[in-house]
Amino acid sequence: MSIYAVQFLIGLSDASVLFLTASGLSIIFGVSRIVNFSHGSFYMLGAYIGYSLIGDSDNPLIFWGGLFLAAVVTGLVGVLVEIVLLRRLYHVPELFQLIATFGVILVIQDLTFMIWGAEDLLGPRAPGLTGSIELLGALVPSYDIALIVLSPLVLVGIWLLFYKTRWGALVRAATEDREMVAALGVNQNLLFTGVFFLGCFLAGLGGAAQLPKGGANLLMDFGIIAEVFVVVVVGGMGSIWGAYIAAIIISELNAFGILFLPESSLVMMFLAMAVILIARPWGLFGKSESMEHKPPSEREDLTISGRKLPWNWGWLLLIAVLLVIPWFQIDFVMTLVIEMVLLSFFAATLHFIMGPGGMVSFGHALFFGGGSYAVALFVNYLQLPMSVLLIAGPAVTMVFALLVGWFCVRLSGVYFAMLTLAFAQLAWSVVFQWDSVTGGDDGIIGVWPTGPAEDKIVFYYLVITLTSLSLYVIRRVISSPFGFALRACRDSSLRSRAIGIDVRKIQWIAFTISGFMAGLAGSLYVYSKGSIFPTEMAIPRSFDALIMLLLGGVQSPVGPIIGGSVYTFLIDYITRFDYWRLLLGIMIMLLIVLFPRGISGIFSSGIIQRIKLLGQSE
Amino acid sequence: MMGELLEVKHLSKSFAGIQAVNDISFSINRGELVSLIGPNGAGKSTCFNMLNGQIKPDKGSVRINGRETVGMSPDKIWKLGVGRTFQITATFYSMTVLENVRIALINDAQKLYSFFARTEKLYHEEAMNLLEQVGIVDQRDRLCGILAYGDLKRVELAVALANNPGLLLMDEPTAGMSPKERVALMALTHEIVKTKNIAALFTEHDMDVVFNHASRIMVLARGSLIASGMPDEIKNNQMVQEIYLGASFT
Ligand SMILES: Nc1ncnc2c1ncn2[C@@H]1O[C@H](COP(=O)(O)OP(=O)(O)O)[C@@H](O)[C@H]1O
Ligand SMILES: [Mg+2]
Repeated sequence: MSIYAVQFLIGLSDASVLFLTASGLSIIFGVSRIVNFSHGSFYMLGAYIGYSLIGDSDNPLIFWGGLFLAAVVTGLVGVLVEIVLLRRLYHVPELFQLIATFGVILVIQDLTFMIWGAEDLLGPRAPGLTGSIELLGALVPSYDIALIVLSPLVLVGIWLLFYKTRWGALVRAATEDREMVAALGVNQNLLFTGVFFLGCFLAGLGGAAQLPKGGANLLMDFGIIAEVFVVVVVGGMGSIWGAYIAAIIISELNAFGILFLPESSLVMMFLAMAVILIARPWGLFGKSESMEHKPPSEREDLTISGRKLPWNWGWLLLIAVLLVIPWFQIDFVMTLVIEMVLLSFFAATLHFIMGPGGMVSFGHALFFGGGSYAVALFVNYLQLPMSVLLIAGPAVTMVFALLVGWFCVRLSGVYFAMLTLAFAQLAWSVVFQWDSVTGGDDGIIGVWPTGPAEDKIVFYYLVITLTSLSLYVIRRVISSPFGFALRACRDSSLRSRAIGIDVRKIQWIAFTISGFMAGLAGSLYVYSKGSIFPTEMAIPRSFDALIMLLLGGVQSPVGPIIGGSVYTFLIDYITRFDYWRLLLGIMIMLLIVLFPRGISGIFSSGIIQRIKLLGQSE
Repeated sequence: MMGELLEVKHLSKSFAGIQAVNDISFSINRGELVSLIGPNGAGKSTCFNMLNGQIKPDKGSVRINGRETVGMSPDKIWKLGVGRTFQITATFYSMTVLENVRIALINDAQKLYSFFARTEKLYHEEAMNLLEQVGIVDQRDRLCGILAYGDLKRVELAVALANNPGLLLMDEPTAGMSPKERVALMALTHEIVKTKNIAALFTEHDMDVVFNHASRIMVLARGSLIASGMPDEIKNNQMVQEIYLGASFT
């Protein structure tokens, strides 16, 4: 009995930390409509700053004051990010905002590493709260009780702020209706900056408050972000109450998940999320998004996808160059080209659902890494040959995509994105936690091609052939009736339904095709590396594909190829530096602020002009 | 049994306390071109959305060809032979005018799930015929994203006609058009209704158009049907006159 009571109370105390962090994300989204992907980084920053401020003092004033100050400083860092970066991005498409905040993650990661080092830090103990209290027949650490009390206090504080101050009334009004606030003549910049401060303050408070329990380490940022997204999606974007209730549900499921399913304690949480979202697609307290009407500024970017473009000669030339490369017999060049080709392939599978389909997935690494793991596991346990596994690997991810897609196509926009991310994190956590089968952090090694492809040059040609074939298939599908239907669903689901198109079914099929193809890319990838680690399934891998598309231009049909090649080359180069994340993060931010259309966007804007002229002259 | 094409009974819908549509009942036969009029906010669009499945009514029943459609999604209702145009046009902005019509034709022919066919070779003639009918052939290769509003309305009509519907639902089909274009478009609709013997329900703010083409008029005010009858009866109806004198008619 008492073990359940302990788990229950520990769950409640975890819920406090989760609620503090998630409510910050929810408030920021409510007003600015920016999904702050770097929210976990502010949480991490709060912990590190708190650690430095409190030191090993056993003065309660310093401890509690330190927590508060850490939150304030974190909030100020948030303000800096808002003013320098996000303020320039309120009018660009969502995807760009997200990738910009991904840049923030990278920068904060390296800065934290520079300042505090790579070692995990043990958190200070809370003065006067170091013992345990007997509650419900169990011994519970007193600090957990303090945390349980903290979150209702913060909830009340937020409530007072929102319902008893003029500023809070403005924030609520802005959450309800953004145009209205503009009409009220309020200084929007000030409002957004303030909201960003509050959101990051809460994340920092969450991070600092968990110091006595979890300390500080460099994995905290990605560690919490999936849970925070789950909480916000389940609770309903922009709803504080929703965040509170959802944080409790999720944390309790985690606490009990450890008891019942230690290999994959997160499974219960994700299952619960899936069930809740089927019943209430906008979360427990969320409001449904009204019928979509994309702003005209985005339209222009969307016009060219799927159109016949004069690139045929370019393709042939590219393939010719790729085919000649092995003649030079330079091993590292071949290795690099294989990596570039496969990552471009991966990006192209994401492009298929994102460009023509308009479905922005944050978890596409699930299928890439999934393909790799499927192959690696089959090799490890059944010693199956490569010829079989190049079909079996993608088949496995296709089944994943069928399952995941069934849930995801019920949602759209940011909800869709967050759900895909959550599923990918689930898969990652299973792979990471289930040591006995997947090798956990150590991964699986010794996955080499079998048969003729043991020869590196044969393998190289195999990669080029399968990739070109797949890309050709994708191109054909995009210009087939199905591809048009997919674009129709993106352009206007309202109109699509009114002409009898089953929007979800179309999107579901597209998602499944994409999952299959990404699985093929992943299957080839694991053979090219000889090993696989959980990182291939983790958030940064999903973002690699997004950044490649961004680099190449999201709506350009050659975007994945250009972006994939340039990015892979770039990563290969800059990872030689110590602080390459910092460098990459800054480059991403600069790219988004300066060239929102990517590299190929420079060409494609010319193409748009040509198409328009063609249309008019006929 | 030969019933009405569209039969609506006790349809109601409220939004957060606003009774948008309040217990309305009516029916429409083949060959009828019925106009639903009323001031802004009267509940006309809400009514269309309930007939077409975008909004689920709180109460009431909708029967199309005898089939109950409440609870059905718009794509299922389309299969019963219903074409729809929207007050705020909904077209595929990344596609040309021709492609907009083509995709509707492809779906009507149940060819949507072909993954390798060349779309540009399908149903060219049929699509051109529809474009000709609504008078927009000259614009066929322009993207809907850059089309003028009046032209978009025409595209919508062509798309709505693609599955040879038995029932046409048109929410303000002539908004954004010049008076001359309005008359032409409604004359076309009138002709289609007569020659194909189908039923159509439309809303329209231009009273000349309404009185010239509607075979029957229904008046909606604050969610309730307050009058229904032949154009002449409506013209002389006391209550209707009061509403139109009292409320702005935009
Ligand atoms: N989705 C909605 N949410 C809340 N209120 C709505 C919604 N749609 C319509 N309404 C309200 O219902 C009433 C009827 O609107 P509508 O059907 O659009 O009228 P009409 O088309 O006759 O101008 C209006 O008061 C409008 O504000
Ligand atoms: Mg209306």
